[in-house]
Amino acid sequence: MMFVIAGKEIRCLFLSPLAWTILAVVQLILAYLFLSQIDFFLQIQPRLAGMDDVPGVTEIIIAPLYGNAAVILLLVVPMLTMRLVSDERRNRTLSLMFSAPVTMTEIILGKFLGLSALLLIMLLMITLMPLALMAGGSLDYGVLASSVLGLLLLLGSFAAIGLYMSTLTAQPTIAAVSTFGVLLLLWILDWAGSGRSSETASVFGYLSILRHYEPLLKGVFNSTDIIYYLLFILTFLILSIRRLDAERLLSR
Amino acid sequence: MNDNSLVKVEQLCRYYGALCAVNNISFEIQRGEVLGFLGPNGAGKSTTMQMISGNLAPSAGQILIHGMDILDQPRQAKAHLGYLPEQPPLYRELTVDEYLAYCARLNQISRAKCRSAVNAAKERCGLTAVGKRLIGNLSKGYQQRVGIAQAIIHTPDVIILDEPTVGLDPIQIREIRTLIRDLSREHSVILSTHILPEVQAICDRVLIISQGELVMDDTIAGMQRRMEATALIVAFRQPPAPTVLESIEGVETVEALDKGRFRIHYLAGQDPADTIVKSAVADGWGLIELTPERMSLEQVFINITRTEPTTTEDETAQLEAGTGGVA
Repeated sequence: MMFVIAGKEIRCLFLSPLAWTILAVVQLILAYLFLSQIDFFLQIQPRLAGMDDVPGVTEIIIAPLYGNAAVILLLVVPMLTMRLVSDERRNRTLSLMFSAPVTMTEIILGKFLGLSALLLIMLLMITLMPLALMAGGSLDYGVLASSVLGLLLLLGSFAAIGLYMSTLTAQPTIAAVSTFGVLLLLWILDWAGSGRSSETASVFGYLSILRHYEPLLKGVFNSTDIIYYLLFILTFLILSIRRLDAERLLSR
Repeated sequence: MNDNSLVKVEQLCRYYGALCAVNNISFEIQRGEVLGFLGPNGAGKSTTMQMISGNLAPSAGQILIHGMDILDQPRQAKAHLGYLPEQPPLYRELTVDEYLAYCARLNQISRAKCRSAVNAAKERCGLTAVGKRLIGNLSKGYQQRVGIAQAIIHTPDVIILDEPTVGLDPIQIREIRTLIRDLSREHSVILSTHILPEVQAICDRVLIISQGELVMDDTIAGMQRRMEATALIVAFRQPPAPTVLESIEGVETVEALDKGRFRIHYLAGQDPADTIVKSAVADGWGLIELTPERMSLEQVFINITRTEPTTTEDETAQLEAGTGGVA
């Protein structure tokens, strides 16, 4: 049942020009950043050649590429998540699922999976760029893999929080703006603690969504980071299910 | 519980904050019955239907579908339900075929049977010709039909239609009514409307609700009985004195109208028409008109919904019967 909803979600995403446009724009911008990074690498390559213990092509090109991708997708994902539930609520199509033999959990998971499929396509397209470098040399596949995993988990978190925001309102724009706000806040949260005692800094640092992404970009695989993202996704999915359940109890 | 009762609603209440939208409604629906849900705007029709369809949780009370509680066993209960809300839940960017296939899958029809289910539903609702068109481009009447097709795609036992003919032209209304009557052969149908002739045309039983309370639960025959004559309009060429008419057995009061016409109220079950005709012939009154005066459904409806719920319906019908217009 979950997959039926997910399938319909993907179909509707690709029936509107939105998904295509976003895929194209993200790809274009990241390709530009990727190429300028290669340019930079080619410039400094002769100087690097003489030194010992210098960063390789993977560190110089891939880490900035995935870092930038995260920032751009922070702006883009709210636009994809905003319509998930709020649009259905506004068009009164939610009752189709509510009166079918489907649980709220299946509805939310279906929506989440449908969107995740689109984000996976996006991730795949981004990853094709560093993979193209294989034509001219060798890469550090470990770092590449952990960067892809990091971005995957980050996108999952973005999608989960966007889905939750979308269940709260009937206006897609409000869902988009509040998702963006929450994501940005989580992004910059660690700035708050920087000047204070180490204890506050560590709490804010732990909560910051960025702090758990950076190690993965460097190829450091820490299970704390992975668990943080998984808990994050799970929390917001559960909140979404609860919200949808409450809808039947509280309001029209 | 009766084996035949498909839906059983018990003491249903629903509050929106402090506002009580539905107050203590109970009724049952038998298999193959078309139940009309009648009431003025804001009476609580849609709220009740949303609760039966599982879109809204009741504040108190119980809804059993096939003996299964919609809150405790929602999956099993909802499998027997088809629901068309006031605004059909359509995805405008899908074609009719795609949309119905999605609905079929959502209602747990296997992939193999999906196509035949879609075709059957399209055929019943007259959508075969528009299967490849986008729902957003269809006319309102066709969209409504897609909405109905969506509700019957899994051949549920109970179909709930919330104002299915609203906003349609007279021909479309007639088509939808024919469709509903067809459906009632195999399914039970709950139908809400504020169009009274529609109830007379389609339903077997009528529930009237007003301000969230159930004020009448009766069969169409019972409705008809409420509408039965308790007055005659007569006209004579040489009218007799009203006192003569009053002396006829069964006559309660005589009201003189213009040009030799009278309205004669009589006691229930004592129609004096025969006696009047005989006397008219014998005494040469020259009878030129004799019309039983009937209450229209509108009148019954207005009487019932306007009266305090404490008055029993029989009293109301009789009290108000005289003021009725000609049906």
